[in-house]
Amino acid sequence: MTRVVLPYHLRQLAKVDGEVTVDGSTVREVLDALESEHPVLRGTIRDSTGKRRAFVRWFACQEDLSHNDVDQPLPEAVLDGREPLLVVGAMAGG
Amino acid sequence: MPGVRVLIGTRKGAFVATSDAGRRSWQVEGPHFGGWEIYHLKGSPVNPDRIWASQSTGWFGQLVQRSDDGGRTWDAVGKDFAYASVPGTHQWYDGTPHPWEFARVWHFEPSHVDADTVFAGVEDAALFKTTDGGQTWQELAGLREHGSGPHWQPGAGGMCLHTIVLDPADPQRILVAISAAGVFRSEDGGATWHASNEGLQSGEIPDPEANVGHCVHNLAMHPARPQTVYMQKHWDVMRSDDGGASWREVSGNLPSDFGFPIDVHAHDPETVFVVPIESDSLHYPPEGKLRVYRSRTGGDDWEALTKGLPQENCFVNVLRDAMAVDSLDECGVYFGTTGGQVYCSPDGGDSWAPIVEHLPAVLSVEVQTLS
Repeated sequence: MTRVVLPYHLRQLAKVDGEVTVDGSTVREVLDALESEHPVLRGTIRDSTGKRRAFVRWFACQEDLSHNDVDQPLPEAVLDGREPLLVVGAMAGG
Repeated sequence: MPGVRVLIGTRKGAFVATSDAGRRSWQVEGPHFGGWEIYHLKGSPVNPDRIWASQSTGWFGQLVQRSDDGGRTWDAVGKDFAYASVPGTHQWYDGTPHPWEFARVWHFEPSHVDADTVFAGVEDAALFKTTDGGQTWQELAGLREHGSGPHWQPGAGGMCLHTIVLDPADPQRILVAISAAGVFRSEDGGATWHASNEGLQSGEIPDPEANVGHCVHNLAMHPARPQTVYMQKHWDVMRSDDGGASWREVSGNLPSDFGFPIDVHAHDPETVFVVPIESDSLHYPPEGKLRVYRSRTGGDDWEALTKGLPQENCFVNVLRDAMAVDSLDECGVYFGTTGGQVYCSPDGGDSWAPIVEHLPAVLSVEVQTLS
C-alpha cells in the first residue's frame, strides 16, 4: 500500500484525516486508486483530460516528481511505506 | 411560520442566514466549503430545501454541491462540464483567437417546474443543463454555435455566462447574458439562439451598436410581466418591453450609470433597484457613499436610498449576482459587498441594516421566501 498525503482542501472533500493509503506503484496507479476510492477527487488533481492541474504538484523523498512519466515506478522508499507521496497545492496568498 | 433564507456566496465559503418575516434578527451559519470560492448558490423554486452551490478554486477546479435540507448538509454531484462539440475559439483580450476552455460555473438557475432541472452558466461562456438532479450536465450548444461565438470576448473577470433568466410563464423562453458578448435569447427551450442587443450602445467596442460585444452585467425580469426586462450594462441602465428584442436607456438621473446588479421589486414590475458605482476604473460608490437607487417608474427617475447604509468612507463594490429580493408582503431587498457586509431592507429599500458583517468578499446573494 502506498501512503498519500493530501492537501487540506482535498482531505476535506474526501472526508479523511491525515494520510490515506491506496494500492499503486506509479503516480498514475496511485491517483487512479485514489479517485476510485474517493470519486469526489476526480478532476481535482488531474483535470478531465487526465492532465495534472497547473497548481498541483507531487513530491516524494525530497524530489519533485511532477514532471516525471506518471507510469514510472515510485521511489523505493514510497513503495515500501517508509515515505509518503505528497500531493501539494501551490503556495499562494489571498 | 413565514421567513426568509439568504444564501451568501463569498471568496472563502458559503453562508446561510435565516430570519422570521420581521427580518430584523438573523441566525448565520457557515462557512460551508471554507476556503473555496462560492460564486453562486440558488434554491429550487419547486423544492426550496434543494439548493445548488458552485464551489471552485484555481487549484482544484470546479465542484457542484447540492443540499436537500435547506443548506445544512451538502453532497458533491456531477461536475463534468464538457463542451458538446469542438469548442473553437473566441476573442482574447487583444482581439486574437483564443481556444474555449472551461474555467468555472458562475450561475445556477433552477427550473420553475422541475427540481431536478437546473441551468448552469459557465466560463468560458456556455450554457449547460441537468435534468437528473446534477448527476450529468449537457451543453445547450446552439448558443455557442449560433454564429457569433468567434466574436465574443472576455471581460476583466473572464468570458462568462453569468445571467440566466427563465420566463416563469413559458419554459421555452430563456434569456442569458455574457460578458462581453451581450444578451442572447431562445424561444425554444435553449435549442436555438439569437443575439438580442438592439438599442445597446457601448463606447468600449469599435462599433458601439454592434450586434454582439456588449458587456451586459445583469438582467432582471418581474415574473408577472415577463416582456419587461431590465439591464445593468457596463455603462447604462436599460429596459426592454418586448422580451429583450430591443432596449432603451433608462439611466435618467443616476449619479453614475455604471454598476453590476439590478433587481425588480417582488410586487411592482415598475420598481427597480440598482447600486451605482463610480466608474469601470474605480469600482467603488460615488463619493464614498453606499447608496441603492430605486426607481418607481421603471427607470429614468431614481431616488437614493441611504438610511442605514454607510454615507462616508465606503469604497466597496456590489457584484452582479449580489442583490436579491424576497416576496413577503412587504418586499425585502438584499445585497452583499466586496467588504463582506450583507444588508437587508425589510421595507422595500426605505431602511437598511446589516445581516452580517466582516465576511469574505461577497460574490452572490440569493434569498428564499419560506412559507
